[in-house]
Amino acid sequence: MSAFWILIIVLALAAVGYVLGRQRAMASAGGDSRHLHSLPAYYGYNVSLSVLVPALGLLVLWLIAQPIVIERSVKTMIPEETYTDAGALNLIMSDVRRVANGLDLAVERGALTSEQAGSIRTEFTNIRERLGSVGVALGSDVQREVLTAAQSYRAMNATGNLIRAVLVLALAAAGFGYAYMRTDRDFRARNVVERVLLSMLVFAASIAILTTVGIVLSLVFNTVEFFKLYPWTEFFFGLTWSPSFGGGSDLGILPLFWGTFYISLIALAVAVPIGLFAAVYLSEYASPAVRAFAKPLLEVLAGIPTIVYGLFALLTVGPALVAIFGRDGALGVQWMGGGTAVMTAGLVMGIMLIPFVSSLSDDIINAVPQAMRDGSLGLGATKSETIKQVVLPAALPGIVGAILLAASRAIGETMIVVLGAGAAARLSLNPFEAMTTVTAKIVSQLTGDADFASPEALVAFALGMTLFVITLGLNIFALWIVRKYREQYE
Amino acid sequence: MYDAPASEQKVNQKSTKIAANKVQVFYGDTHAIKDVDVQIEDKTVTAFIGPSGCGKSTFLRCLNRMNDTIDVCRVKGEILLDGEDIYDPKVDPVQLRAKVGMVFQKPNPFPKSIYDNIAYGPRIHGLAKNKADLDEIVEKSLRRGAIWNEVKDRLHAPGTGLSGGQQQRLCIARAVATEPEVLLMDEPCSALDPIATGQVEELIDELRENYSVVIVTHSMQQAARVSQKTAFFHLGNLVEYGETGQIFTNPVDPRTESYITGRIG
Repeated sequence: MSAFWILIIVLALAAVGYVLGRQRAMASAGGDSRHLHSLPAYYGYNVSLSVLVPALGLLVLWLIAQPIVIERSVKTMIPEETYTDAGALNLIMSDVRRVANGLDLAVERGALTSEQAGSIRTEFTNIRERLGSVGVALGSDVQREVLTAAQSYRAMNATGNLIRAVLVLALAAAGFGYAYMRTDRDFRARNVVERVLLSMLVFAASIAILTTVGIVLSLVFNTVEFFKLYPWTEFFFGLTWSPSFGGGSDLGILPLFWGTFYISLIALAVAVPIGLFAAVYLSEYASPAVRAFAKPLLEVLAGIPTIVYGLFALLTVGPALVAIFGRDGALGVQWMGGGTAVMTAGLVMGIMLIPFVSSLSDDIINAVPQAMRDGSLGLGATKSETIKQVVLPAALPGIVGAILLAASRAIGETMIVVLGAGAAARLSLNPFEAMTTVTAKIVSQLTGDADFASPEALVAFALGMTLFVITLGLNIFALWIVRKYREQYE
Repeated sequence: MYDAPASEQKVNQKSTKIAANKVQVFYGDTHAIKDVDVQIEDKTVTAFIGPSGCGKSTFLRCLNRMNDTIDVCRVKGEILLDGEDIYDPKVDPVQLRAKVGMVFQKPNPFPKSIYDNIAYGPRIHGLAKNKADLDEIVEKSLRRGAIWNEVKDRLHAPGTGLSGGQQQRLCIARAVATEPEVLLMDEPCSALDPIATGQVEELIDELRENYSVVIVTHSMQQAARVSQKTAFFHLGNLVEYGETGQIFTNPVDPRTESYITGRIG
């Protein structure tokens, strides 16, 4: 029985459980719901949940565990002399799976009986042809041990599926029976349902946290792997980045880190003043009509996909900058060789960040109590003095938070850099030269043809880990600043 | 307007600080203040009383043009401060507010140190020549606000860390620091406990020596305790204005009597 049908049956059982549980509760109260401890629906939910939660939990666990267990025992059947390393074994195992699937398909189409599928031998039948006739293409002739492994793979799967169906359905029935028997007018169904809901919420929260932990761990393991192959001093302090997939590459992070830092700096230099001034205008000076119109319009900027910003950088800003700073440009200087440069990416990224800074700062400035403004205006301060000396200092912790959030975005941004800043990793102070960032290089290292075990590919994880640590540090720093000013101001 | 012959002489002895003639205030389409005429004297505490929504706070905010900050608010008629119309286009509302200080219903110290709270006004208006001068202004203002002894050891602690009553006295000291001529107080004790209220009332009485004080209050006892003149507002009209003792013991208008005895309001 397939997992899908088990699911359908369990769901049907839960639906029936709802109706029966409710009925039994009503019957025990003599048909008057006021005599029940909980509302009648809770008794129904209780039975449904008792069916669903254990049965589906077991089903999910089984679906995860069965392939792992079977894979492991089939692997032992492959003779050790047929493969040399783990990679070759994995190739054989994928052959086994393909043959097993092919046999399944052949049985389904009627080309083989299920007995034949279990007993055919490579010595007597050309498996490749037989399977090819039902549409399963195999790359090479099937080896004897692959066929036997595939056959036992099928057999084990069939047994596993059978046991799975029996156990899951038995558990569902047991849950049904237990909850149904407990249903009674004094049974506290509402409390039980509440507790189940609570544990579901806890489960959802822990999945989110565990996923984060998992991501970090995978980064850590691959980073450790990388540092086994490549000295960490050269990674952190190396001044050149020139990966060559043949080996012998220089993988110093500093040029990438400098590019990230430089581009983010320019982006923030654009976004912070403009965003902050826009926020001050919107929250303090703009009439409600202007505000209602301008704020959503500004937030549209935040909704533009970054690849579109990248195109804008590549096609508009880059050439425009070259026309000013480049060869034969308006200024007559030759600072800029091509359209892709730190300045191009920084400017466009700054435009992208404006709504982040302005929208958050605007909310924060609005949250400053009107009493503060009145107090200042009542002392004869002008509007701008009030904003500068009372409103902005009061809003400062939040504004710093907004800026650091924008900085995190800038550091993590990839698409604009790929299209706007070029791909050259270099250490230079000239903002009109092409540079690249950590994120852009992670993409190029992982999308190449490199072997995943080589330092050239693994370096992506070390880069990602470094980036993660930096962003984390930035966030902690932001929290610290916010807390420090809170203590002073409240 | 009520004129008591006995108190008339007293009134004439003191000069009129603020004179309002036919003041009308509109909030959008709402006519909030109707034809208010009032003469506020120098070195006197004048109390505005009346039920909620009668326009007393609105009128108070007209006296230093704080209503300018509300978009839909329009003021008609004339309000003269020392004979000059404060709604004249030549008058800078910012300058005016330095002359007519204001204390609000809820204590609203800035999120700065006690010292910086007091020094805020003097710094903006350039009242101090140097640091020593500023220190002196801060100390003098805190003394006038009757809070110097409580805060002199922690001038650089945040003003928001004080208790409610201390905060309100800090706000009064802050208003005093800009050397205003008139001090407007919009229910300054409504957020305070009785002890803090007593301290603030005592302070108001002392401030009378130097300033003209106008106080809006919901508490008739408070009006009776601190003020020399009382104005009773009802539904946007100034119903009665006169000596406080007169208003509370022998009101002329039946509405005033009803309010004071607790029948309306």
